[in-house]
Amino acid sequence: MSQTQNGVLVKVRNLVKYFPVTRGLIIARHVADIKAVDDVSFAIHKGETLGLVGESGSGKTTVGKCLLRLYEPTSGQIVFDGVDLCKLDEASLRELRVKMQPIYQDPYSSLNPRHTVADIVSEPLIVHGLASGRRARERVDELLQMVGLDPEFAERYPHMFSGGQRQRIGVARAIATRPAFIVCDEPVSALDVSIQSQIVNLLGDLKSQLNLTLLFISHDLSVVRHISNRIAVMYLGRIVELAPSRNLYDEPLHPYSQALLSAIPIPDPEIEEKRRRIILKGEIPSLLNPPPGCTFHPRCPVAIDICSKQVPEFREISGRWVACHLVK
Amino acid sequence: MLLQVRDLKTYFDTRKGPVKAVDGVSYDVDRGEIVALVGESGCGKTVSALSLIQLIPVPPGKIVSGQAVFEGKDLLKMNGDEIHEVRGRRIAVVFQEPMTSLNPVLTIGRQLTEGLMEHKIKSAKEAEDEAVKLLEQVGIVDGRRRLNQYPDQFSGGMRQRVMLAIALACRPGLIIADEPTTAVDVTVQAQLLELLVGLTKNAGVALMLITHNMGVVAKYAHRINVMYAGRIVERAATKELFKKPLHPYTRALLSCIPRLDEVQGARLCTIQGQPPDLVRRPPGCAFVPRCAEAREECSQEWPSLREVFPEHSVACILYQ
Repeated sequence: MSQTQNGVLVKVRNLVKYFPVTRGLIIARHVADIKAVDDVSFAIHKGETLGLVGESGSGKTTVGKCLLRLYEPTSGQIVFDGVDLCKLDEASLRELRVKMQPIYQDPYSSLNPRHTVADIVSEPLIVHGLASGRRARERVDELLQMVGLDPEFAERYPHMFSGGQRQRIGVARAIATRPAFIVCDEPVSALDVSIQSQIVNLLGDLKSQLNLTLLFISHDLSVVRHISNRIAVMYLGRIVELAPSRNLYDEPLHPYSQALLSAIPIPDPEIEEKRRRIILKGEIPSLLNPPPGCTFHPRCPVAIDICSKQVPEFREISGRWVACHLVK
Repeated sequence: MLLQVRDLKTYFDTRKGPVKAVDGVSYDVDRGEIVALVGESGCGKTVSALSLIQLIPVPPGKIVSGQAVFEGKDLLKMNGDEIHEVRGRRIAVVFQEPMTSLNPVLTIGRQLTEGLMEHKIKSAKEAEDEAVKLLEQVGIVDGRRRLNQYPDQFSGGMRQRVMLAIALACRPGLIIADEPTTAVDVTVQAQLLELLVGLTKNAGVALMLITHNMGVVAKYAHRINVMYAGRIVERAATKELFKKPLHPYTRALLSCIPRLDEVQGARLCTIQGQPPDLVRRPPGCAFVPRCAEAREECSQEWPSLREVFPEHSVACILYQ
């Protein structure tokens, strides 16, 4: 694998993913595109956790799936450890997949109910030819211990576990191949708060133990802030702001980031009394027909003329990135 | 007092044995007050509220004992016709799922006016005018045209607004809001909660807010009941509870939530172990296996809720 510059592990440039909408049963006519991801660029540094937040339909999951090339990007470039993923053939891609793994949201549907825990956790090892037989089994025991599960559970089936335990199984599967990069797609959203914190801490511990780089996708800003070094905020297929976590929370620049942060109530009544909230009007527009110019302008409390006409450039301002005409 | 619930027990029969979903819950709701029931999934918060209007499936569910005096009458002793008169008219419910709680084959207008006509409050013509007004109140413009549309023509947030309008239609005394904003996005959640709280305040309606989101209760509730394994383990006014949580569960719960305003990099506190199994619940306090301060006596008996400070009650042996 070639040397990467500046410690960047993943570099995404002008990533675009459209899903075609077709009409007609026999002769499918291409009538429109759902612009799930529309020109997104960012980099993830080695050993970093990049948070990706946004509401439903903002394109955050699609970005994650493109990075693992589970989706074929429409255009753009994804460079992983110096290799352009979009140019790889099946065989080389399969080889590279050892290094990048997913953790999914729903611990109920992402584990095969007919497979034992040992089957599930050892599958990536066997598929990639890393271990088999007794060696694989030993590795399963080791992995289960790493995620805080008793190796005796290995012969059990997923339905015998609670949500939090299942998510631990999902984590064990993800780290089985000793990956460098894990895409965590809403890994704690389906869990109760008392269990959420267990999994968040587990991911944090494993990250430093195994020297992992994480993309942490979530709609829950409080969790993302807790775990991420930098955060990218998405709205309607575009990144509107990317900043170190602390800066984003102390001083969000984009009006959407400001509204999103202020919409989240803080569990402290005395702070809540004094907080000023920005209540946005309306809902997220359709991706089929996004508004022209800045896609946020119809809901933006400070929009001006130019916002509806010209797409704001995603540009760097003292170490942070923002796409807004009003930010100087 | 608008509603007084005493020692409510609702069990569900399963093959493994009875699940004590609600096991001796008592609470009050005053007129115009916002009372929260908070807790994690399976703690009995929804069942304890829906039991009031007998909206639990029987069988397997069964209200084993208890009293729920609402506007002077015991709801749990009412027969089918009597409780029918209360549902929708005096106590309305806003459910979590705006996608499934509206009937997809009936127009919005029909669903909005159903309560008014069923309870013979308004004639068909009057009900329609009222429905337009209600839609306006919840921020849906062009109500007259919208009445003839079906739920699939509304977005998630809009449907939840329609649910609010339906709940308000008969001017009830109490609205039970069961995770009203869990299924919508945060920016829409903020809109809906402001609307719900504003409307109930204007109409003098009491609100029972069922949620797992501690941020939401901190912002809106007047009083909070914290539930665990089918019981209320702590109750206090909102500020008091956040400033001085007493029960080890409440304290742990509050400290394990990541906060927007926290110092970054700190490790999250966790509650060890798993939520309790309600079928094979041991005799003592259900939180014992996860409690850092449990003593030997804790496994013998679950202490009842006791007032230890004015208006602040807790069910824990540490404060007996």
